[in-house]
Amino acid sequence: MAQSSVALRDVVKTFGAAPVIKGLSLTVEPGEFAVFVGPSGCGKSTLLRLIAGLETPTSGTVRISDRDVTHVHPSKRGIAMVFQSYALYPHMTVAQNMAFGLKIRGMTKTEANARVKRAADILQMDQLLDRKPRALSGGQRQRAAIGRAIVREPDVFLFDEPLSNLDAALRGQMRVELARLHAQLGTTMIYVTHDQVEAMTLANKIVVLNGGRIEQIGRPLDLYRRPANVFVAGFIGSPKMNFLDGKVSASGVGATTIALPDGPVALPFGDGRIKSGDVVKIGVRPEDFRLARDDAARAFEGRVVLVEPLGGETIAHIALDGGAETLVVKLSGEAYVAAGAPIRVAVEPQRIHLFDSDGVAVAPKEA
Amino acid sequence: MYGNRSEGLAYLSPFLIGLVVFTLFPFVASLALSFTDYHLQDRLDSARFVGIDNYASLVDDRTFKQSLFVTLIYVFVTVPLKLAFALFIAYVLNFKLRAIGFFRTAYYLPSILGGSVAVAVVWRYVFAGDGLINQVLEGLGAGGVNWLGEPDTAMFTIMLLRLWQFGSAMVIFLAGLQAIPSDLYEAAKIDGAGAWRTFFRITLPILTPVVFFNFIMQVIQAFQEFNGPYIITGGGPLKSTYLLPLMIYEESFKYFDMGYASAISWVLFALTAVCAAAAFSSSRYWVFYAQDEAK
Repeated sequence: MAQSSVALRDVVKTFGAAPVIKGLSLTVEPGEFAVFVGPSGCGKSTLLRLIAGLETPTSGTVRISDRDVTHVHPSKRGIAMVFQSYALYPHMTVAQNMAFGLKIRGMTKTEANARVKRAADILQMDQLLDRKPRALSGGQRQRAAIGRAIVREPDVFLFDEPLSNLDAALRGQMRVELARLHAQLGTTMIYVTHDQVEAMTLANKIVVLNGGRIEQIGRPLDLYRRPANVFVAGFIGSPKMNFLDGKVSASGVGATTIALPDGPVALPFGDGRIKSGDVVKIGVRPEDFRLARDDAARAFEGRVVLVEPLGGETIAHIALDGGAETLVVKLSGEAYVAAGAPIRVAVEPQRIHLFDSDGVAVAPKEA
Repeated sequence: MYGNRSEGLAYLSPFLIGLVVFTLFPFVASLALSFTDYHLQDRLDSARFVGIDNYASLVDDRTFKQSLFVTLIYVFVTVPLKLAFALFIAYVLNFKLRAIGFFRTAYYLPSILGGSVAVAVVWRYVFAGDGLINQVLEGLGAGGVNWLGEPDTAMFTIMLLRLWQFGSAMVIFLAGLQAIPSDLYEAAKIDGAGAWRTFFRITLPILTPVVFFNFIMQVIQAFQEFNGPYIITGGGPLKSTYLLPLMIYEESFKYFDMGYASAISWVLFALTAVCAAAAFSSSRYWVFYAQDEAK
């Protein structure tokens, strides 16, 4: 299968008076697995539908492999789409579902059957070809829907929240299968989800969307390690990043001191943009906290209000002393924490994220 | 648990009494009467059991055979046409158009009015020799047509009245169309299916349970059509619109031959039942149900 790029330039989409996509450009490289992620209503599905041709942009262009397809019919774009609801034709067998589009394209029965057989082999669903969708389980339906996409041998696969109707165990299994499929076919894939675990595990490139705009584009670990702003920092990672409000008490290139309600924190970075007196936020991922040793230079002290033991790790919710703020920390499963007990946790200063008053990251840390 | 049974039955009684007095009793009574020579002007206890004489007489009754023939023509022409027309209108009204609510109401109205005596009366005037249709035709320079005076056109006129009452079937089709998920159409679009192919390969197969339901209902209603031919043509000319319900009416309340009329009623019932049974037994070949199979 061909590898194709997908490029959006200054795309705007409004429904009535409501802008859903507010002027957005992005490129998905050939063979990439790009994931559009964001909260409900961020425009990620609309963006996918614009690429599919199920919606037409109000302005801007959509290109697939250097061909302007902005006004090209969905069937002529070289794409295949897998829908959240699977959208299998209920009155056709799995094989007929797969072959429907091929026959329309004038493919001979022999050739269509060969393709259906090949797709069934890839998805290990030979024995299901003669069944109708109603006789399939959720996971099998999903595989049939993917099969229908595969037989088209598209330049680009589009997935619209394909796993969200499956239960957790099956979702994990299908995630692995999709990753394997991408490795096997090497085709460009664009995938929409609100589940950041799917985004992190499947993507070469994550596009974080919020309110019809791109918040950040990057490789999964880059987004995790160097979020460009408070939104991305809060969205990527689970449990989500802790944020504490503070004020800059001293600043300079390479060193910044932040005054927090319970005392100052010295950070080994700074870019000169922020000045003394600026209102800022610091962010710390739950997994970056450690139980503080007695000689720790800077510890956060509080009381455990809730413990979630997950076995391998324990998540503790801590009410900080002298403030209304709560920290969520992820500790080793062996750590002894009890609800109601006092606790001291610490974090390496270079693992702290700093955001200016606009929520933009200051001197994103090097990986 | 059962202490409230009599109270419950009391609440149900209006329906139960209606069912027994106006449905079950006449149903059974007509079957019994069909084996008698009972005439309406006689005492009921003077009715004589005649076995299957009434049914045997039907075989040689030319009026009955004519009535049966035109009834079958009427049913087999109007039912498919009405279903096709109702589906077409429902399909159009399923588009997202401006003022769609108004159009849906407007197209449904004839169904509420169509079966009434008043509309049949209007129909008679519209298609009369000096009626609206002929006035328009003459205004256009074409000659008038003797709509109600010729066998073919008279049948056409009462068939048209039936087609005009497409609204109830249309509303059911519309509900069926709206129940089809839009992403199936989007999948078909990506598969490259045009409007025709999408309709015949996706929409129609998914809609077959609704088509089936409407078909059964329309067959039953068409076999029972009475108002139209009674008011517009009186069954004429030359018995060309003399549908079976009309014959049943005349045999029972004009000639008072209740035994004979009851026999015709049961033939009509059997005919309807056979058509419905045929539809049901063929349904597994053409009606598609999307529900999960019982596991």
